[in-house]
Amino acid sequence: MDVSVIIDNIDRFISGTLLTIQVTAFSVVLGFCLALLLALARLSPRWFLWMPAYAYIFYFRGTPLLVQMFLIYYGIGQYFADNPEIRAYLQDIGVWSFLRNPYPFALLTLALNTGAYGAEIIRGGIMGIPHGEIEAARACGMSRLLMLRRIILPRAFRIALPAYTNDVVFTFQATSLVSIITIMDLTGVARVLVSRSFAAFEIWIFVGIIYCAISYAILYGFKLLEYRWSGHLRERPGMAVKPADVVTAVVR
Amino acid sequence: MKKQLFASLLAGVVLALVAGSASAEMKKVKIGTEGAYPPFNSIDPSGKVVGFDIDIGNALCAAANFECEWVVQDWDGMIPALQAKKFDAIIAQMSITEERKKVVDFTGKYSKTPAKFMATKGQKFDFTPDGLAGKILGTQRATIHENFMRDNFPKSDIRVYATQDEANADLAAGRLDLVLADSVALNEGFLKTADGACCELVGPPYTDSKWFGEGAGITIRKGETDLVDAFNVAIKKIREDGTYKKINDKYFNFDVYGDPGM
Amino acid sequence: MDGFIDLRGYGWTLWAGVAITVEVGICAAVVAVLMGLLGAWGKLSTSRTAQTIANTYTVIVRGVPELVLILLCYYGLTILLQRLLSLLSGQDVLIDINPFSAGVITLGIIYGAFATEVFRGAFLAVPKGQIEAARAIGMNRILLFRRVLMPQAWRFALPGLGNVWLVLIKATSLMSVIQLAELLRNADVAARANHMPFTFYFLASLFYLGITILSMLGQHRVEGWANRGVRRA
Repeated sequence: MDVSVIIDNIDRFISGTLLTIQVTAFSVVLGFCLALLLALARLSPRWFLWMPAYAYIFYFRGTPLLVQMFLIYYGIGQYFADNPEIRAYLQDIGVWSFLRNPYPFALLTLALNTGAYGAEIIRGGIMGIPHGEIEAARACGMSRLLMLRRIILPRAFRIALPAYTNDVVFTFQATSLVSIITIMDLTGVARVLVSRSFAAFEIWIFVGIIYCAISYAILYGFKLLEYRWSGHLRERPGMAVKPADVVTAVVR
Repeated sequence: MKKQLFASLLAGVVLALVAGSASAEMKKVKIGTEGAYPPFNSIDPSGKVVGFDIDIGNALCAAANFECEWVVQDWDGMIPALQAKKFDAIIAQMSITEERKKVVDFTGKYSKTPAKFMATKGQKFDFTPDGLAGKILGTQRATIHENFMRDNFPKSDIRVYATQDEANADLAAGRLDLVLADSVALNEGFLKTADGACCELVGPPYTDSKWFGEGAGITIRKGETDLVDAFNVAIKKIREDGTYKKINDKYFNFDVYGDPGM
Repeated sequence: MDGFIDLRGYGWTLWAGVAITVEVGICAAVVAVLMGLLGAWGKLSTSRTAQTIANTYTVIVRGVPELVLILLCYYGLTILLQRLLSLLSGQDVLIDINPFSAGVITLGIIYGAFATEVFRGAFLAVPKGQIEAARAIGMNRILLFRRVLMPQAWRFALPGLGNVWLVLIKATSLMSVIQLAELLRNADVAARANHMPFTFYFLASLFYLGITILSMLGQHRVEGWANRGVRRA
């Protein structure tokens, strides 16, 4: 067991981990916004809204993330290669140094992907709202937008939270794929170090432990959020569920 | 799937026993190569590996009386796969370096070509650590080129790819400023193809043996000196009887064995 | 296909890739179902050791990304196994785990953890009264499993297993990282050889979409068959 490789390069592992977390955070936030719009479009009765939404969701859920990543990164790369005048134009408007990096493409792919899955989850949440609440809102005279803002979305998020948690954890783990398009996330750092030192076993186990730890930290965080938001479903204080129960629920 | 595992385990054990006992008859040797580094090794549309390395390998096997089988392996996992006995030798333009010698053995070289940078046409670079500061350099992961760049150009942004082709594609797309690789592989394998019209070789040739080693050799597991010796004898034989020159001339119009300059 | 878009002779490799993808998927699914049944049995068993093992299994597999597990198994495990076996037997042992077997085993183990959760939920959903009645008649545990538990749990497990299958068949694309000649890898080779990445990757994605559609249709039929005779709510 040669752990000297890990200790010597601990700074690289740390920067890789931070980059992984950063990519996850941005992808989840972007993906969430996209998912919200898509879910609402999908539920709309207007054909020009739900058909494209359905097609988009179907495509991004039906194809592997790796294929999507290659398609977007190398596909657009091919476009840049065949059209140097586009590059010149982008250089002129100053965004070329940003678009040269694989980072925006990785974020885009992850956001598009988690957006599709998130849309289905939010849609499931919205459809799970007891109809009585919608009727009551209409009876009060709420406009569609107000109803959406005050009743539907908050309720839907609470219902969808467990499933959405899984999606966030999945996105976190999916960031390991961005190493394939040259981003030095945790997996990318590990691959470079493995190829240089041949200590495959030690490094991958170490990386696995880090991913595991952070995945469960995310799960725990979301379970706490769930706990906070489900106060109305719990018994009164005195007979309340203790946070220790949350921990056991997480490990299950 | 379990049957396949059992069958391959069984075959593996049988092969090990048979390989141990074979002596005067043809020794079976599996050779690993990458298949993504034209003109040295690449995969043709029918799925077969072809190229300079393959021709040299077959000639060496004939000279050493081996029965050779080619196995394709990604560059990243070349040496681990060798150690895991997926094959017994690597002929894939793997350079003989001190770092690698710590974990594997090498035969003498069978070719030696310098490394060079490649860039899109019409650009000027100052090839010093400060001159390339902030530039985006690309190369293949787990190569001597990567080590060289990391050690000598710490202020540049270094990107590594699974294959040389991907690095070339990103250079053509403008995502990279420079690509460092074997000059022959870049020239014959990319610049002379239709998609290579965008780019050109720039800068000095790099041959410092500290990073670039003593040329490309055949990689063998540590301790298997009889295989190393057999291949060394075979290399000498094909150099002397003209087979090497024939294969050399099939691919290149210069001597690829080891002219320092190009 | 060759006449419509110029695939420069690489079209057939995509079909070959689809065949391998489906092959790996089916084999891995079988392993996953077996691991799932084992895992669910472990989690629901009364023995604390079995529960801990099953829990550790699912915790580890669900916490580590698939790519990392695949690279660990393919590169790290082979060497470890060889070292171990060489130590134990005293001689040089050759273990050749080809990419196909490595892929099938890794994917099977990973999705076995997901299948564990599915089966666990399915077993718990079988009405307790049925199990009590079976025990009362004097059925031993194996007969109980075969005659009462499994046929009914199957119905509850199918939607979940269908989802696991869909995720699994897409995860076979990760096998391209260990050079298994499946769909994405062949598309990769073709794309790089011809410098037409968009065409080949897009075609590959359409193939995956096709597999997904067929799988969803198949799942619908199988669920219909499994739910025969059950009154709809």
